[in-house]
Amino acid sequence: MSLYAYLVAGWLLLAGFFGVVRSRDLVHTAVCVSVAQSGTYVLLLGIGFQRGAGAPVFAPGIPTTSPVVDPVVQAMALTDIVVSATVTALLLAIAVQIAKRHGTVDPDELHALRG
Amino acid sequence: MSRGVRTLIFLAGAAGLGMLLVLAFLRCPPFGGDWHPYRDMAVPAALAHVTPNVVSSVNFDQRGLDTLGEETILLGSVLGATVLLRPGRHETRREPQDVGRVLQVTRLGGYVMLPLALTLGLDVVIHGHLTPGGGFQGGVVLATGLHLTYVAGSYPALRRLRPVSWYEYAEALGAGTFSVLGVVGLVTSAALLANFLPLGQFQQLFSSGTVLALSVATGCEVAAGVVVLLAAFLEQTIMIDSSRERAG
Amino acid sequence: MTETNVLLIVSLTLVAVAGTVVVATGEPSRQAVVLSVFGLLLGLLFVVLQAPDVALSQIGVGTAVVPLMVVLAVRKIRQLGSRR
Repeated sequence: MSLYAYLVAGWLLLAGFFGVVRSRDLVHTAVCVSVAQSGTYVLLLGIGFQRGAGAPVFAPGIPTTSPVVDPVVQAMALTDIVVSATVTALLLAIAVQIAKRHGTVDPDELHALRG
Repeated sequence: MSRGVRTLIFLAGAAGLGMLLVLAFLRCPPFGGDWHPYRDMAVPAALAHVTPNVVSSVNFDQRGLDTLGEETILLGSVLGATVLLRPGRHETRREPQDVGRVLQVTRLGGYVMLPLALTLGLDVVIHGHLTPGGGFQGGVVLATGLHLTYVAGSYPALRRLRPVSWYEYAEALGAGTFSVLGVVGLVTSAALLANFLPLGQFQQLFSSGTVLALSVATGCEVAAGVVVLLAAFLEQTIMIDSSRERAG
Repeated sequence: MTETNVLLIVSLTLVAVAGTVVVATGEPSRQAVVLSVFGLLLGLLFVVLQAPDVALSQIGVGTAVVPLMVVLAVRKIRQLGSRR
């Protein structure tokens, strides 16, 4: 059990890469990159987790001495998510531009076009 | 390279990477354990600055510089995507037809949800130092909420609701405010993004010093950035006729 | 086995399965829908991992903004492709 969370993170990373390698469509490629990146969120939050500890937010009435999970990795995951979204947006914009220029978004066809 | 060969090479590489990952995972701190040295330093630091939401304290106070860098990535990506998606030389604009295929219930639902989503977004931004939330989350909720008008089936209504240039200014204003607050911290407290405002009382709305201000600036930038980004995609898909682009 | 353990195993497994389905879906317009479900499940996992801040952000970004951009990009590329 203790390794399971980390293994899921590694699985997402490798599955995303697999999708990138097998992709027949650049939009699909961009989505697979974001799946690979979501492995990093799972790994970060997995490392910060502590059994029985609460969220790192002290609501009124909760003593500030009660155990909480690691807030630093959560802050990192938060920035990670926003960066992932903007990178995906950029990749999708590039895919649209490629479709305009070359009339296709299939990586293999694009490769053939270049000769 | 054929797809088969490419996949084989990938599988060999993935097997190696997978093995290295498992070896690394075996030496990671055990999942769910209580050894969290960063937590043990971050929580007292957040409490010292009267910030009940420790994640917001890390983002906007303790590691404010990281957030500044990340905001710059956001700004750069939005800029890049809008440049890539701007109308080409041979593209013509067309007025969007309002397709009347949306169910009345969906339309009504969209308009009822709109004020709720906007209120929720504002609430999440403003209470980011007290409860789960903050500039990033609230900004995304605000931007998504605004696009409920599009789900409700009216692209013209969405366009009236968001003159894109305003959001471009708002994005720049958010990023600018963040940097200015950072520099003021440098001047008054000798550290970039230092928390120089009065800290106030624990659990009060106006507390935690610059965390609230930076969170609002971030919310402004994120909401505006996402709106500008989606506007660029929507415009390309709905309003730009590219039929002459490739011929040219 | 405690409640938390069951919740953790279920949500981790759901995330792993959904992620695999997203990658295996070759058609990008259908992929956008699966991606949205994957984003929601990730949000659920983050709640179980006691990260409400991250969950909020993930649900906004992962279930709404990114899938919407994917749908719009696919539609635009279709429009371009239909003239070929």
